[in-house]
Amino acid sequence: MNISGNDLILACSAIGAGLAVIAGIGPGVGQGIAAGYAANAVGRNPGAKSDITSTMLLGQAVAETTGLYGLLVAILLLFVKPLTW
Amino acid sequence: MNNAILMSAGADIDIMVHGLFSYEVFGQTCWITTTHVCVLIVMILLIGFFIAANRKIKHAKETPDAFQNVVELIVEMLDKMVKGVMGVNSVKFANYISTIFIFILMSNISGIFGLRPPTADYGVTFALGVMTFCLIQFNKFKHQHVSGVLKGLCDPWPIWAPINIISEIAVPISLSLRLFANILSGTIIMALVYGLLGWIATFWPSALHVYFDLFSGAIQTYVFCMLTMTYINQAIDSE
Repeated sequence: MNISGNDLILACSAIGAGLAVIAGIGPGVGQGIAAGYAANAVGRNPGAKSDITSTMLLGQAVAETTGLYGLLVAILLLFVKPLTW
Repeated sequence: MNNAILMSAGADIDIMVHGLFSYEVFGQTCWITTTHVCVLIVMILLIGFFIAANRKIKHAKETPDAFQNVVELIVEMLDKMVKGVMGVNSVKFANYISTIFIFILMSNISGIFGLRPPTADYGVTFALGVMTFCLIQFNKFKHQHVSGVLKGLCDPWPIWAPINIISEIAVPISLSLRLFANILSGTIIMALVYGLLGWIATFWPSALHVYFDLFSGAIQTYVFCMLTMTYINQAIDSE
């Protein structure tokens, strides 16, 4: 079995894509913390529920960005294959 | 397409933008892609709706019928959203924010109707990000003048200017990448579900559609408009 350089790069790109998606851990933890505090805040002040929800969603969406960068790197490695020739 | 995924799939997994036909401009080959067609479909639908709404409001009645009610509801909701963030500055920007809100929302949820969402193409979201960037910079120069902008750039000390410039440029890139990556991930996951599961994927993917197209699309639209408004507001009154 002979593996050309291109095949090796493709295989390593697949591994790299898998590693890049590990970036999803951070936003997951962050969003969970944000949702937890939002639930806490709603429990203390049920009248402000809509304000709290919109603030929480905004913060979560911003926190999500770093995870999405990891996803983008994975997608680029898998579909655009920038390292192969 | 990737061969490994295609081999394990029963049906064709199609997440890419396809070129329909090409033309030459100044020696460069340009493509009319499926994104252009999808944007065009969304635009035509929206323009038709807007013309109908305009005619209806011009002959508005004291007791509104169903369509007039819906139009008034949408406009009031968007005005309230813009006013809640921008306050007194909302008058000038309500039109722009409402327009991009409706456009991005319709683009995001067009995945339900079988289109490839136009916002899952970086060209579309980057254009939106650049528009936001231009608005931010224009309002900065208009309301803080050149001296204020220079002072903002050299915030603690002049040596920080390169870092401040980078953080200015990062705004449109992070805005557009966030919208793009969210919608693209939804598109990819739906394509994988349909492509890999074949006949098993009947009926129940509609729940996934509700999450990835409707919920995620609406949230990302809200976030994009919210951040645009916040940045513009910051540029207007940062004294």
